[in-house]
Amino acid sequence: MKNENLYNYILGIADNSLILGQRMGELCGHGPTLETDIACTNISLDLFGQVRSYYQYAAKIAGDDRTEDDIAMLRKEREYKNVLLVEQPNTDFAYTIGRQFLFDVYHLAFLAELQKSNDLTLSAIANKCIKEVSYHERFSSDWVKRLGDGTEESNQKMQAAIDDLWTYTDELFHQTEADKAMVAEGVGVDVTQLKEKYYKQVNELLKEANLEIPESKWFQKGGKEGIHTEHLGYLLSDLQYMQRTYPNMEW
Amino acid sequence: MSNKKNWPLWEIFVRSKNGLEHRHFGSLHAADADMALENARDVYTRRNEGVSIWVVESKHITASNPENNGELFEPAQDKVYRHPTFYDLPDEVKHM
Repeated sequence: MKNENLYNYILGIADNSLILGQRMGELCGHGPTLETDIACTNISLDLFGQVRSYYQYAAKIAGDDRTEDDIAMLRKEREYKNVLLVEQPNTDFAYTIGRQFLFDVYHLAFLAELQKSNDLTLSAIANKCIKEVSYHERFSSDWVKRLGDGTEESNQKMQAAIDDLWTYTDELFHQTEADKAMVAEGVGVDVTQLKEKYYKQVNELLKEANLEIPESKWFQKGGKEGIHTEHLGYLLSDLQYMQRTYPNMEW
Repeated sequence: MSNKKNWPLWEIFVRSKNGLEHRHFGSLHAADADMALENARDVYTRRNEGVSIWVVESKHITASNPENNGELFEPAQDKVYRHPTFYDLPDEVKHM
């Protein structure tokens, strides 16, 4: 492939949305209330919509006969480049909200920078996504505050989720080879520059939500390089079931 | 608040286009007005149906009693002169 770095870079962005979208989609019919069920499913559909734009562009860059569906559905676990954070399971509603919040704050800051990319397709996609993601961030921040500052039980559950998910936050700011190459060309976002602002914003909201900021300085990594937690395989077997069982099916 | 069944009911009004009035779209549960607005956005306007949302807690609505329908509504029915049906409306006047 001629432009492999760009291809891998696009997948690095899109896979986060695909896997998080699948996780939120799992709540369809299983959300804690009818209203939050619909809200989570909406977020899922927003993310899948974004994913389509990215994968269509990636398929074009690849320049062979692969389609957006091939890229989404037919890769092996090691070929997915999403961060570990987004593949973590819906242990309870606090985990769902915590995962969403910790990703949304990053996602919004990332898209604001991607809008300035000198790759016009990427900047146009970022421009389109940022409104949706602003809403996601409002929704998840709001719920972190409600649960953190709610009852004793909701506070404990929200704190447990934040404590457990914290270890996956630092990876958001790691750079892959594709990242570095794309930053050098003015296409990609330098994620290392987003880190300080990210933790400042997250910490302020946690304080407002009556939650403790986790002290652990030990962080998990690997997702961006295709080394995933045990959860991703199960997620992919759900996600890919139809295409694997009925190859080339369409609807 | 510990029990989601305690969330009050809210009535949702959506204006689908500028220039039109808000119409009653349905009701939903939410802990407070902010959450009611967010829920309304997700439940009723996710397919781009609106430009404005009002929410009001259902308990603030006073409804007429169906038992009183006779005295409330029937007197108008047999007086044809009370209905403005004798005017021709120009096509330009919509939503009457």
